[in-house]
Formats: sequence, C-alpha cells, structure tokens
Amino acid sequence: MSDKIFKSFLLVSALMLLLIFAGIFFSLSKGAIPAFREFGFFGFIFSGEWNSRTGAEEYGALAFISGTLLTSVLALVFCLPFSLPVSFFVGEYYRGKKIAAVLGGIVDLLAGIPSIVYGLWGFYALRPLIQSLGLSEQGFGMLTSSLVLAIMIIPYASSLSAEFIRMVPQELKEGAYSLGATRAEVIRNIILPGSFSGIFSAYILALGRAIGETMAVTMLIGNTNRIPHGLMDTGNTMASIIANQFGEADGLKLSSLIAIGLLLFLITAIVNFLGRLMIKRYSI
Amino acid sequence: MENLTKTPILSLKELSVSYTPGKYAVNKVSANIYEGLITSVMGPSGCGKSTLIRAINRMHELYPDIRISGSIELRGQDLLQINPSEVRRMAGMVFQRPNPFPTMSIYDNVLAGYKLIGIKQSRQEKDELVETSLKSVGLWDEVKDSLSKRGSFLSGGQQQRLCIARALALKPDILLMDEPTSALDPIATNLIEELLVKLKKEVTIVIVTHNMSQAARISDYSMFMYLGELVEYDKTEIMFTNPSDKRTEEYLTGKFG
Amino acid sequence: MSSLKYRLFKNKLLSLSVIVLSALTAVPLVLIIGKVFLQGWRQINWDFFTETTPSTLDALLAINNNQPIPGGIANGIVGTLMMVLIASAIAIPIGVMSGIYLSENRKTRFSSVVRFLTDLLQGTPSIILGIIAYLWVVIPLKSYSALAGSVALAIMMLPLIVRSTEETMNLLPVSLKEAGLALGSPYSSVVLKVLLPSAFGGVFTGILLSISRVIGETAPLMLTALGATAIQWDVSKPASAVSLLIWEFYNDPNLQSMIWSASLFLLLLVLSLNILAKQLAKKWRI
Repeated sequence: MSDKIFKSFLLVSALMLLLIFAGIFFSLSKGAIPAFREFGFFGFIFSGEWNSRTGAEEYGALAFISGTLLTSVLALVFCLPFSLPVSFFVGEYYRGKKIAAVLGGIVDLLAGIPSIVYGLWGFYALRPLIQSLGLSEQGFGMLTSSLVLAIMIIPYASSLSAEFIRMVPQELKEGAYSLGATRAEVIRNIILPGSFSGIFSAYILALGRAIGETMAVTMLIGNTNRIPHGLMDTGNTMASIIANQFGEADGLKLSSLIAIGLLLFLITAIVNFLGRLMIKRYSI
Repeated sequence: MENLTKTPILSLKELSVSYTPGKYAVNKVSANIYEGLITSVMGPSGCGKSTLIRAINRMHELYPDIRISGSIELRGQDLLQINPSEVRRMAGMVFQRPNPFPTMSIYDNVLAGYKLIGIKQSRQEKDELVETSLKSVGLWDEVKDSLSKRGSFLSGGQQQRLCIARALALKPDILLMDEPTSALDPIATNLIEELLVKLKKEVTIVIVTHNMSQAARISDYSMFMYLGELVEYDKTEIMFTNPSDKRTEEYLTGKFG
Repeated sequence: MSSLKYRLFKNKLLSLSVIVLSALTAVPLVLIIGKVFLQGWRQINWDFFTETTPSTLDALLAINNNQPIPGGIANGIVGTLMMVLIASAIAIPIGVMSGIYLSENRKTRFSSVVRFLTDLLQGTPSIILGIIAYLWVVIPLKSYSALAGSVALAIMMLPLIVRSTEETMNLLPVSLKEAGLALGSPYSSVVLKVLLPSAFGGVFTGILLSISRVIGETAPLMLTALGATAIQWDVSKPASAVSLLIWEFYNDPNLQSMIWSASLFLLLLVLSLNILAKQLAKKWRI
C-alpha cells in the first residue's frame, strides 16, 4: 500500500487513543450533568447525603471521597514499612544478585493476583482475624480494606522505587565510602537524598492505584453510605459505591453515580499526572 | 630533587588481589611508600595499578567477589585487619572523576567526612576546618562567598580540588589518588599538580597515573606495574633516566601503552 | 561523637531490618495462594471445566443430601475466552499501530500528548471503563452484552500494548529501517515486514501481560457483561466470565464451595500468563 495511506493508518490509531480519552471525559461529564444540575457542582461534592427515598432523593459524593482518601492514604502508610525495605533489598543490598531477582519476582506476583481474590482472602482470612482481635464486630471497615489495599500496592511502590535507588551513581557512593561511611550512613546521606523525588513519585503513583481499586475494597469496606470518622468505621469508596449500586440505578441516582465516576476519573488522572511529572523532572 | 629522608609510612608485603580464583590482578607486590613524598604508580591499562591503591583503602570490599592476601602496614598497623571504616580515615581517596555530593553545599561537602558518620562539631570548629581545608587546596578565595551553594557550578578542576579538600579535612596519613587529572583540562591539571607538590609535606601522596610526563613532573618515587606485578620501583629520576628492567624501558619509551 | 562500635551496630541493625521486612512481604503471597489452593483443588474435576454453573436450588439440594455440588464453570470459561479474544482483536491492532506511530514520530507535540494521555488511561480505574462501556455499548444496544465487556477490557489493554510496542520499537537500531528503505521497499513493508518482526518479542510479551491483566477483572464486567447461566456465543447478549462467577458464588450462600475452585482456576491462569510473559521477556532479552 502507499506510504501515505499506511502512515495515515498509524496516525488514526494514535488519534484513537486521544479520542478514547476525550470520549471518556465527555461521556462521564454528560452523564453527570443531571446530578450536578440538581445538586450543584460543589453542592454535590461536599454533601454527605446518600438517600434514595422516592420524591426526596438526595445524593452527594463526600462520604465516598472521604472513604477513598482515608483507605488510600492508610494503605500507603501500611505498605511503606514493607515496600521501602524491599526496594533497598533489590536496589542496593542485593542488587544484581539472584536473590534480588527472586524477591522481585515474588513481589511482582502479588501484583498479578486478581482483585477479587484479594477480596476473598480479606473476607475469609483477614476479617475473622480482625474480629477475633476484638477490633470490630463484623470485621469490615476502613482498617480491613486498607490492610488489603496496602498489600496490593506494595509491588507498584517497591519496583519503581528500586529503579531510582539503583540510579544513584556508583561514584557518589564510593566517594562516601572512601570517607569512612558505613552502608547505613551511605544510604541515609547519599542514596536516600539522591533518589528521594523518584521514590516520592513512585508512592504517588501507588496512591493512584489504591484510589481506583474496586473489588477488594467493595468486599471489605462494609457498604454503608456515611462519612467515616474512625479506623473501624464502615463506609464506601467512590469505586465501591459504583460497583455496589450501579446495576440497579437509574435516573438521578444513575447520574449521581456517573458523577462520582467522573470525580474518580479526574482524581486518578491528577494523581497520575503529578506522579509522572515528578519522575520526568527528576530524570532530567 | 632535594635530599630525601626516607621514612617508610606504608608497607606493602606480598599483596595479592584477585577477582577470580587463580587470576591475579595484583600479584605479590611488596614495597615501602615513603612519608612526605609523592609516589606514582604507572603502567599500561589493566596492569593492576588502580586495583592496588583501591586495596589500600579497602574499596574492594564493596564488591564481594574479590580476594586479597598479604598485608598492608600503615605505621606498623595492618590495614587489612582493622575495620574498613577506620582504614578509610587514615587513607583518603580522590577519584578519577570529581564526585562532590550534589545534594550538599560546598561547606557541607568539605565536612562530609564528619557529617556522614555523625560526628558533631561546634560551628567554630566547622568554620575553621572548612577554611583551612579550602585554603590548602587554593580554593578558598574562589568560593568563600558561595559556601552555602551546591558545588555544581564549579568547573571540573575546582570540583576536583573540592574533593581533595574533602579528603584532607579528615587529616589522613595518606592520600590515594586514582588518575585525578585525567578528566580535567591542561590548565586545571597543572594547578592540581602544583598543589600536590605543595601538599606532600602534610600528607603522603600515592598517585596512579597513565600520564608518564605527569609522573616525571611531580613524583619523587615511581612504581611501574605490568600484568599485576611490580616490575620496578625506584626514585623517579633514576627510573626515567636509567630503568633497570627492560619492560620499564619499553613502556617509558612508548613501545607499548 | 559516634563511636565505631555504635555505628557498626546501627549498620547491622539496618541491614537486618531490611532483610526481615523484605522477607515478610512474601508472606501474604504464600498465605493467599495457599488458601486458594488448599480450599479449591478438591472441587476441580472434569465436570468443573465442562459443566455450567448449577442453580442455587440444585446446590441447596446437593448440600442437604450431603453430596458434592454438581456443575462447573464452563459458561464462565467460555465467556472469559470470548471477551478476551474480542478485546484482543480490538486492542492489538490499535495498540500496535499506535505504538509504531509513537516510535516513528518520537519528538512531535502530538506524540507527547498521546503518550501522556495513554499513561493517564493506564491509571484509570477499571470500574470507570465499565461505566464507559455501559454508556457506549450497553445503552445503544439496549442490552448487557459480551461486546460491552470486551470494549471495557480492550480499553484496559490498550495502554500496555501501546507502551510495550513503542519501547521495543525504540530499541531497534535505526540502521534496520534505513537498510529496508534503501532497498527501495515501501514504508509499510519496512515497518510490517522488517521492524515489527524484529520487535516481535517485546510486542508479544506486552500483549501477554495485558491479557493477564484483564482476565482477572471483575468490576467492569459487572456493569457490562452482567453474567449468564448457560454457555452462549452471542456477543450481543450478556455473557458470563470466570471472575463474574466468583462474584456470584460469593453472593450465594449455597454456592460457597465453588468460590475457591473458580478462584484457583483464575489465579493459576493469571499467574502462569504473568510468569510466561516474564520468562519470554528474559529469554528474548527485552
């Protein structure tokens, strides 16, 4: 075929990516308009109501935005004490050795486990544990979901961080060692400061992953529609409320769910954008 | 050359270093390095000269597959038997490419040897140490108004002098230099060579160089290494004018490099 | 003044902590796979793969009579297979061609935008893509369908395929393209017959990885494919999927025991695809 036709095929394909993204934004916005018109844009975002009583429906996103933020940030906090050591194990201590590849492989497998399997494990193995510890009667809630979320994001946080740790130039490390520093001192004074922005962006991206997670959270968060105030409170996240109620929703409720979808889309886009921006700035 | 009083400060005894069993990068090297002098280590690529000085400050331990035997005595103490961290404070090192720490200011870079291991000093102690060290490398006037800035704006030669100051701040007995001017322009090289001749009274210098004329210019004693062996070790003047070993002569006359 | 002993102690403490905490991260993997395996392997037999899911009534009767629950997940397997195939048919051509475009037009403003948006697309939660497929396919067709599910999965697969194609193509030496063009071949032939085959390894592993990513997805399918009790091949009708079945079993008190066998199947499928992709990548030195 002629060069021109082929090249336009290529262009069209690339264009489709653009169109899909734009289409997502457009369709979500369109579907959300009825809800925003009814409750006001900021009114919707900041309302903690979620009430389907006929004739007096009132919906708002605040309960779910809070749920999402709480579980995701908690997940980050819980995963840090494990994912950071893993990145140093793989990127510094045993760098290039077989054991690092093995650990890296194991942690990677964690990323491959489907979300629903995590949810099942959380439900059947973790929940009874939380119950027996007396922390919560039913075992659902922010804590349980965050714990499982934390496990799910460990691979994302650790593998990207390990890359940045590896990127610290050997000559800087040698310079520090030649002054008599121990490995711990080299890590603290040279490697960490040198890879910090990269590691930070890795965790931002991991946060983005946690924010969008659906199945595991849906199965563990308790499915109540109120703003969570405590660790053991049940609730819902933006993703889980959609998963729970989309199937039977219509009219204003459907529009509200789509509006929540739009907000979720925007939040993950912004988080991902920030994370990647930091990486780009750092690599230059 | 003035009359040299030779006090050995560093004694290498049958020092051998190998990366793979049986293959020696440094093969049974024995020599005395004399205090207050500049000793150069020369030889073609792969002769073991870098491996030799990196063995002295135990840098090879960063790469665990390396095997070492023999002894390295500094004022009677075997450096291979004490903790590497201590060894490195007695034998400082300057590398081929200047490597000031990019996240630290010039001031902190000079003090890095103390900061890294958590030694607390008073503000006055620190100020004095920084000034003394930078003055001893001739950098003080050039940077005294920018001490709190990061060192990235400095030229290559200035950065290398900063690294020398950083090593000197620890007041080591020996300064090991691994081709310190090979990445620098001729003017910077010249400055540093002059600096080293001045510094040798304060700190014994062992300098690896692939630049024969540099060795001839600044060193008092020279070692010639080939394939891991110490082929010849003598006063520079003698070695360059009347080498004992044929291989030395061939290297110096450019028959191989 | 920090003594040497204290510093060496801190050093040792740090390395021990790193080792212990790293080893602990392997624990959840073992626990999860272990649980799924132990509870799931007993239910797996020939019927598991060939029979469709039992109704909740049949299951109840079997439980009351102390018999193993009849049936299997054949409808789910077929549904998953069908939707992944269609999703691949959509995503592979678009993804590979886009990847080629981005690689061939590396520095343009347009390419940066597309690359950026593709990255954002990759980070988009799967449930959102489920909503999109609902809006774009379910509503117009006025029915839940396998096609809708496939569309959601296809959008999920796209970014991975685009990126791996682009990266692999970038690694090819320029001389390869130049040699082809110098022989007078048209651009399309050079790309399709010289560059792409050389990039095959990376592209293929990218495809495998994207498939392993979508095979286990549940959320988007809940809004699009909905589920089905029988094996059916009509893409315009609702379809089952292994992941959807697990969700159904989870919600049905009589079908609890099937949860684990279905999960075991899904887990093995996903993990082996994952491992296969990584081994191939290593073998082909990507």
